[in-house]
This record gives sequence, C-alpha cells and structure tokens, in this order.
Amino acid sequence: MKKIKLIIDGMQVMVPEKTTLMEAAETIGIHIPRLCYHPDLSKEGACRICIVEVEGARTFQASCSTPAAEGMKVKTNSPEIRQARRDLVELILDNHPQECQTCERDGQCELQNLAYALGVRHRLFAGRRKRYPQENSSLAVVRDSEKCILCRRCVRVCAEIQGVYNLQQMHRGVQTVVTPAFEDSMAESVCVHCGQCVNVCPTAAFLEKRSTDQVWKALADPRLHVVVHIAPSIRAAIGEGFGLEPGTPATLQTITALRRLGFHKVFDTNFGADLTIMEEAHELVSRLRSGRNLPLLTSCSAGWIKFMEHFYPDLIPHASSCKSPMSMLSALLKTYYAQKQGIDPDCIYVVSIMPCTAKKYEIMRPELCRPDGKPYTDAVLTTRELVWMIKAYGIDFVKLPDGRFDNPLGFSSGAADIFGTTGGVMEAALRTAAEKLTGQELTDLNFIEVREVEGLKEASIAIGDQVLHVAVANGLTNAKIILNKVRAQEKQFQLVEIMACPGGCIGGGGQPYPPEGYPVLDKEIIRRRARALYAIDQAKQIRKSHENPYIKDLYDKFLGEPGSRKAHELLHTHYTVREPRGI
Amino acid sequence: MDVNLETTLDKEIIEFIAACMQREHPRSYLISVLGKVQEKYGYLSRQHMHAVAHIMRIPTSRVYGVATFYHFFRLRPRGKHQISICMGTACFVKGADRVLEAFKSELGIDIGETTKDGIFSLDNTRCLGVCGLAPVVTINNQVYSQVTPQQVPELINKTLGR
Ligand code: SF4
Ligand code: SF4
Ligand code: SF4
Ligand code: FES
Ligand code: FES
Repeated sequence: MKKIKLIIDGMQVMVPEKTTLMEAAETIGIHIPRLCYHPDLSKEGACRICIVEVEGARTFQASCSTPAAEGMKVKTNSPEIRQARRDLVELILDNHPQECQTCERDGQCELQNLAYALGVRHRLFAGRRKRYPQENSSLAVVRDSEKCILCRRCVRVCAEIQGVYNLQQMHRGVQTVVTPAFEDSMAESVCVHCGQCVNVCPTAAFLEKRSTDQVWKALADPRLHVVVHIAPSIRAAIGEGFGLEPGTPATLQTITALRRLGFHKVFDTNFGADLTIMEEAHELVSRLRSGRNLPLLTSCSAGWIKFMEHFYPDLIPHASSCKSPMSMLSALLKTYYAQKQGIDPDCIYVVSIMPCTAKKYEIMRPELCRPDGKPYTDAVLTTRELVWMIKAYGIDFVKLPDGRFDNPLGFSSGAADIFGTTGGVMEAALRTAAEKLTGQELTDLNFIEVREVEGLKEASIAIGDQVLHVAVANGLTNAKIILNKVRAQEKQFQLVEIMACPGGCIGGGGQPYPPEGYPVLDKEIIRRRARALYAIDQAKQIRKSHENPYIKDLYDKFLGEPGSRKAHELLHTHYTVREPRGI
Repeated sequence: MDVNLETTLDKEIIEFIAACMQREHPRSYLISVLGKVQEKYGYLSRQHMHAVAHIMRIPTSRVYGVATFYHFFRLRPRGKHQISICMGTACFVKGADRVLEAFKSELGIDIGETTKDGIFSLDNTRCLGVCGLAPVVTINNQVYSQVTPQQVPELINKTLGR
C-alpha cells in the first residue's frame, strides 16, 4: 500500500494511504478528543470536537474524517484549537441537563469526562434547552432525548452493526431527535433490545432499564428465598468494572460478592447452558436424521430471536425450540429446585446476571412464563448494574476471597463456559452431537475452525463419515448475510449459530463500559474476554455437556431424556411473527 | 410482494417505483417517490410511507427521517381550508412573519400542519408576483392584501362563514 508522509505537531509520521489524521496522530501517541467517532462505525463528522489545524486550510478540520495527505502539516494543539473545542463542548452542555451528580452514567460519561478534560469551567451560551419526556416503553432500554447530543452513534450501530435500522434522526434543526420510524415508542418498534445503542452512546441518552431497585427490595424481604445465577460471559468481563485487566476471569470473586450482597444461593447459568446443549444436540441429531428444517438455527440470543421474528419470520421453523440457558435454569429453579428443597415457588425470587439488555425483555415473553403467567426469572441485572450494586454496597471486589457455586445447579462443563463467546455454542453442540452421531468418543475437543471473534465464519466439519456445513455469525448485519443464503437456499448449512452482539455475549449490550482511552467494543478487549473463557474451558476436567454428572442426574431423576415430554414442557418454547415487519 | 402494500398505493405510483427500481441507485429516488405520493394524496400517511419503505426496501426509519427533514412534505392531510402566507422578500419586509405568527397562535399549528379538526392547514409560499399588495395571504384561492396580524381572527371567522 502507498505510504504517506506528513508532519503532526512537528513530528514526522508515515501512514498508509486513506489513514485519517486522527488515526495518524494515534500512531505517535496523540489522543485527539472526540465524541461522535467510533472506529467500527462510518465516519460522521458531526461533533467537530476532534478539530485540528491543517496548514493552508481556511478552517479547522475534523481529524476523524480528514484523510492524511502527502506533506500535510498538522497541529493538534494550540490555544485557539483548545478554545474552539471548549466552545463546542460548552454549546452542547448548554442544551443539556445539568445533572451529572444524579445521572445514571455514574461518572462514566464521555461528555462529562470531555468537559473535565478540556477544562470547561463555566457555561457561556445560555440558551433554550430541549425538553423531551423519558421514553420508558421498552422493557430493555430507556431513551432520554434530553441527554442526547446527536452524535448518531446509536443510529449507526443499530444500522451498520445490527442491521435493524430502528433509529434515525427525525425532523431538523433544533427539533432534531433520534427515534424509531414514525416516532413510535421503542416498544412498538422493530427494536430487538440488543442494547448496542446503550453501549455506544457517549451520554445517558440510552440506558438499560434499571432493575436494581427491585433486586434490593427482594434482598431485604425476609419472606423471599433469593437466588441468583450468572451467565457464562459475566466472569470474563465483570473484572473490568473494578479496574482489572480486560480478560481477567473473575468467577470466584463474583460468587463471593453475590453472597455478600445477600443472595441465598448462587447458581451458574452455565448449568442451563449444558442443558441447552443436551436438548439442542438432540434436536440437531433428529433433524439430521429426518433431513427437515435444516439448518438448525441456535436460539439462545434473545436479541437474535426478536430479530428473526421481525425480519425473517419465514425462517422460524428453522430455529431451535430450546429456551435460552437463562430461561432453562430459571424454569428449573421454580420447579425442580423448589420441589427438591420443599420451597413454595412463589417464595423463590430468581435474579439472573446477564451481559444483555434483551434478557430483560425475554423474561416477560408470555410463553416463557409460568403457567400462571408469572415470570420464571424475576429480575435481570446487566453486568453494569451488578458492578454498580457491588460498589454501592461497599464491597472491595478485587480483595474478595474465592467463592463456590451452590450445587446441583452450579456445576458445569467447559462447553458451557464458551457459550459466552461467538462460536462457543457451536463448539459445545458439536462436542456432544459428534459423539451422538458417531457413537464414539471425541478426542480432539477443540473446534478451532469456529473460534476467533470475527463477525462471520463458515466451516465444513467432518464428523464420522459425514460432513457438517456450519456457519457462525455475530452482529445481526453479519447474520443477515448467512440468513439470506439460507433463505435463497444458496448453500445448505446444517447448523448456524447466531448471536446478536458483536463477539457474542462478551460484547453484549450490558457489559461494562470500557476503561478510559478504549472505545467501547474494542476488538482487543473482546478478544481477551474470549480468551478468558477458552482458558476456563481448557482447564476443566469435564468439557462436554453430556458428561456433566449433575446433568445426567437431572435427566435420571426428573426430566427423563433429552426431548422428553417433561423437557419440552420446561425447556422448550415457540416463536411468533412480529409486527412491524423489518426491512 | 405483499398484496396489501400494492393496494395501499395508486397503480401509477407503483409503476413509477418499479421504474425507479430498474435504474442505478434505486434508493436515491426516494424523494421523488414521496413527492409523487404527496402529489396524489395531498400528504404522506403512515400507510403510504410504510408501503414505500417495503416496496423500495428502504428501512422505514429512513423514509420517515426524509419525510420529516424536508419542509416540503406534509404528514397530515390538508385541511378543508388552506391558508398560505407569502414569505417572499417584499411580504417579509412588510411584516409577513408577524402575520404568520398570528395565524400560528390563533390556530395552534405550525407551518405544514393541519388543525386537529381538519378544518385549517397552514403553509408558506414564495413570492406570488403581487408584491404591491404585500403582505399577501391566500385562503383557498382567495387573495387577501396588506394583511395585518390584527386582521387574522377576522379572516379566520370569515372563512368559517361566521
Ligand atoms: S449524560 Fe453525562 S453530562 Fe449528561 S447529565 Fe449524565 S453524566 Fe452529566
Ligand atoms: S436496542 Fe439494539 S435494536 Fe434496539 S435501538 Fe438499540 S441498537 Fe437498535
Ligand atoms: S442517543 Fe446517544 S448515541 Fe444516540 S445520538 Fe444521542 S447521544 Fe449519540
Ligand atoms: S469525532 Fe470527529 S467530528 Fe466528531
Ligand atoms: S413577496 Fe409576497 S407577493 Fe411578492
């Protein structure tokens, strides 16, 4: 590739053609302040915070969208540039509520940080402030347009990464506001509740719907038996919320923290993941035998399921009927566990810790509730919410001693741990399905073809005397590519894993905001979280779901066998065609 | 294609869209398509926008974004009586903006909007070529000259036949 030589702040820089000035500056350790920019999204050039001076240009240039050119002389700092950036932030702030102390961004706000970093000390341009009611209709995400600075990151992530195109800037000028089509409420829109808008929003204009109040209340209620289970991906990400290096597994401290918060039992959603594999592998094997409804599409990602219902309702028969690991485990808690312990299920309060905002929606799907209409899972907390609760309680997470899960619903195979990363469900399913199909023991458990956190993977895997064509997609724009092939019958896959979020659950919409200096969903952070999960898997003795002794016991004593009537009643579900139809 | 989508829009418009879809960058014809729809029906209804979005395979949020960005598009049917205020230079200099304000506050609607009861809609136009009469207001096809803000309630009543 052609290289370009330019001078930034008096230093010579060589960069490949098409590099932007912002990226060029980063190569020599200059971090230009920014708001609307995100490395994975299209360039917007909306906020102009990233302006620099280019010799010969009449005005300051937005460095995030100006390509470097041969011989350019660029200044990233001068009293004038700093003043201009400050003015821009002041203008934003003057149309923004002054409520940082009570704001749910909890000091992790890019706008607030930027104001501090640029030394904004007063408000000069007092103008009329925009007023909007909070948009509370969704079970998963809350929109507060008063805090929106119109950077369009949410619009772009929803369109470019998720292919949902739910959000857009409507109207113009001072009336500009980000909403779904027809300014409909989020609940009536094609929103799939993935929470990626929450992830990328630099302010509190998009947040998860908080469930912490309910959970505090339950914990303080002496009549309730409060149990919790944590999703596979939590352990790989939660440490970041307490300043640990990305990719530090923190399973055992999390257990201790949950006990100190007052949960009576701490279980592992992983057990549900092993169970999912038992049921899903059974489903796969029977579909392979009958040849019907192939490929099988995985069903654990709540965002993906809603996406399918709006955008690909014709593919509903392909989706696995398995509930997600969360919903399976919660169903067991209020049936199997309740019976075993002799506790009235109405007195059991089930909390799940999820990387995902869509899970807040999933628990309220009527078909996933108990026969009397009450939910199996009473509250879902995102990783972020749990981090906040732990801090609010005064628990010094990094100093915590190791804890242990309660059994029997706390024991899992390594196959369950990798559910948290893209490709993990596929690999876990293959480990079990391969043995079912061949009747022989699988010796090499690592299906590296489906690892790596790229958005899209296709592989052909030999199992015994047959070859399975599989595909793995994360991020719904990538999923569309595979689904269109399935729809057009362009390629015959047997198994397709889809996760709504980039990188899978480790990149979920409820995961901790990144440490300062990193963009959210930074590829390296995602990769490290994935590596943490593979390391946990690798270190386990039991790495196949069907070898989990507690799973065997559960089938012997309670469920019968995979695909049994009882299993269908508790562990399987169905899907609905949803309006509005997505495009 | 969904039959309902087909029948929501006039045949002529369906054909126009089909023709656009044959060309290069079919989606760049969205504004022309919406223009045709408005020409035909007087405004862009939710059903119309929905149908255009699905037929052209453009996300509905994008269609609505375009429809609300341009003043030219109306999202509600025109009222029974259409009030239009000239905002050309001469009329503006003679105080058309104050006349507009008076209409807005009297009717409780903004430019491009229609009163809830569907009786009045408000618009602005460019120079009508009768600058000598500035500021000029047209109600339906009747031209009113040298209108003052004070006359606004009276004009409204007159239109209502009161
Ligand atoms: S969004 Fe950020 S700047 Fe706005 S009130 Fe909250 S913390 Fe403060
Ligand atoms: S939750 Fe996901 S689908 Fe819904 S608006 Fe946000 S990014 Fe789009
Ligand atoms: S809601 Fe957040 S991400 Fe979306 S435009 Fe507003 S500030 Fe930006
Ligand atoms: S970061 Fe460059 S214009 Fe916003
Ligand atoms: S400016 Fe109003 S008629 Fe010419």
